[in-house]
Amino acid sequence: MSNWQRFLETFFDPAMLAKYWPAILKGMAVTLELGIAVVVTGLGLGLALACIRSYRWRVLNWLIVMLVDAFRALPPLVAILLLYFGLPNVGINLSSFAVLWLVLSLVLAAFSEEIIWAGITSTSKGQWEAARSTGLTFSQTLVWIILPQAIRLGVPPLTNRTIAIVKNTALGTVIGVPEILNQATTAQSFTGNATPLMMGAIAYLVLFIPVVVAGRWIETRFAWKRA
Amino acid sequence: MTSAQPLLVISALTKSFGATEVLRGIDLTIAERELTFIIGPSGSGKSTLLRCANRLEEPTSGRIVFDGVDVTAPATDLNRLRRSMGMVFQSFNLYPHMTALGNVGLALRKVLGKSRAEADSIARQSLADVGLADKETSYPNELSGGQQQRVAIARALALDPKIVLFDEPTSALDPELVGSVLAVMRSLKARGMTMLVVSHEMRFARDAADRVIFMEQGRIVEQGPPEQVLSNPQEARTRAFVGELTR
Repeated sequence: MSNWQRFLETFFDPAMLAKYWPAILKGMAVTLELGIAVVVTGLGLGLALACIRSYRWRVLNWLIVMLVDAFRALPPLVAILLLYFGLPNVGINLSSFAVLWLVLSLVLAAFSEEIIWAGITSTSKGQWEAARSTGLTFSQTLVWIILPQAIRLGVPPLTNRTIAIVKNTALGTVIGVPEILNQATTAQSFTGNATPLMMGAIAYLVLFIPVVVAGRWIETRFAWKRA
Repeated sequence: MTSAQPLLVISALTKSFGATEVLRGIDLTIAERELTFIIGPSGSGKSTLLRCANRLEEPTSGRIVFDGVDVTAPATDLNRLRRSMGMVFQSFNLYPHMTALGNVGLALRKVLGKSRAEADSIARQSLADVGLADKETSYPNELSGGQQQRVAIARALALDPKIVLFDEPTSALDPELVGSVLAVMRSLKARGMTMLVVSHEMRFARDAADRVIFMEQGRIVEQGPPEQVLSNPQEARTRAFVGELTR
């Protein structure tokens, strides 16, 4: 058997491809579902925390900073294992899907809060003053004047972070979330062949290359010339 | 000086930033339709005085009464008050993510609760008043400094204020763009707008101001009609400052 044949059989065995594509497809659906859920709750929560922080209530800010710092510092895998194996001991039974969703949402919320907060603080004081001098309230100024600029400034790091964190759905494999990698490793352990892993890799590319391209599009769409 | 009702009455106003006393007891009455110029060296407290008037800065002590309302009272609805006190800044502070029309119309919609159509029509009129009817769809970064400052003036005027506070409105402009902004201020004066202006545009002060106030180290040193304060100052400090400016 030539090297080339061996390579093909290891990574692209036709019988494996035929047998496991439904499982990989199922995994893609789970990954997609998780990814969308994490993006929506993670970015939504991050935005909400950044807004709350701008009111500068001391105790609340302290709590936000603690939460954010904890989830920026903690490896997501550690948080996932901790919650998945720890919570049942205190009577909380979350599905593996829910644990993965919760942890990745909190991680994305932590990073996006920091990014949006940085945008809020870098918006000039004059913007606040101009808006307030026309009678807009603090909240109206935040929503109509400050956030649109803060979010625009944050778009490149936000898209990068979002992609990086959503890819971590693969960590679900260690707690048995039936996402792409889980399907692929299960098949691989039955067959001893790397083809299912290659299929998983391709599945990730199929899902995430459009996201990366969309991220670039969003970045150019939101970039605007500053006076 | 015009003999109208007092619109803005500032008494014994002080402001400190930490240990630094920026305003050390200001008494000032602005009459309706009056154009008052404030001049003085940097750090004399001119801008702080202006910013205390609409409480962008919290006064340390003293009293400010605007149109019969105690500005400094804790219960005063500042947002309501600020609708009738327009402010124009040295650095324009236009909202970069909104068109000229959006900049002018935002407060009409969000503060006065007008419909978009109504707000747009008032904003269009305001832009026309400052000579920028053709720029309503332009974003701030597509406008020259002079045009930006006129949009900022239109934004203040759209709310139909009783007074407009100008904080060095031409200091950030190239010399050839200053004229367009001063022309707008002149037309406001002609329409009877009350204006309190921090600026060193001496020729404009001479032509248009009813009164010139010279401030130094947080106090009003001298005030009077422009011909007196600018041409024949009574105080040595005013003479020295005006001499520097007109050299």
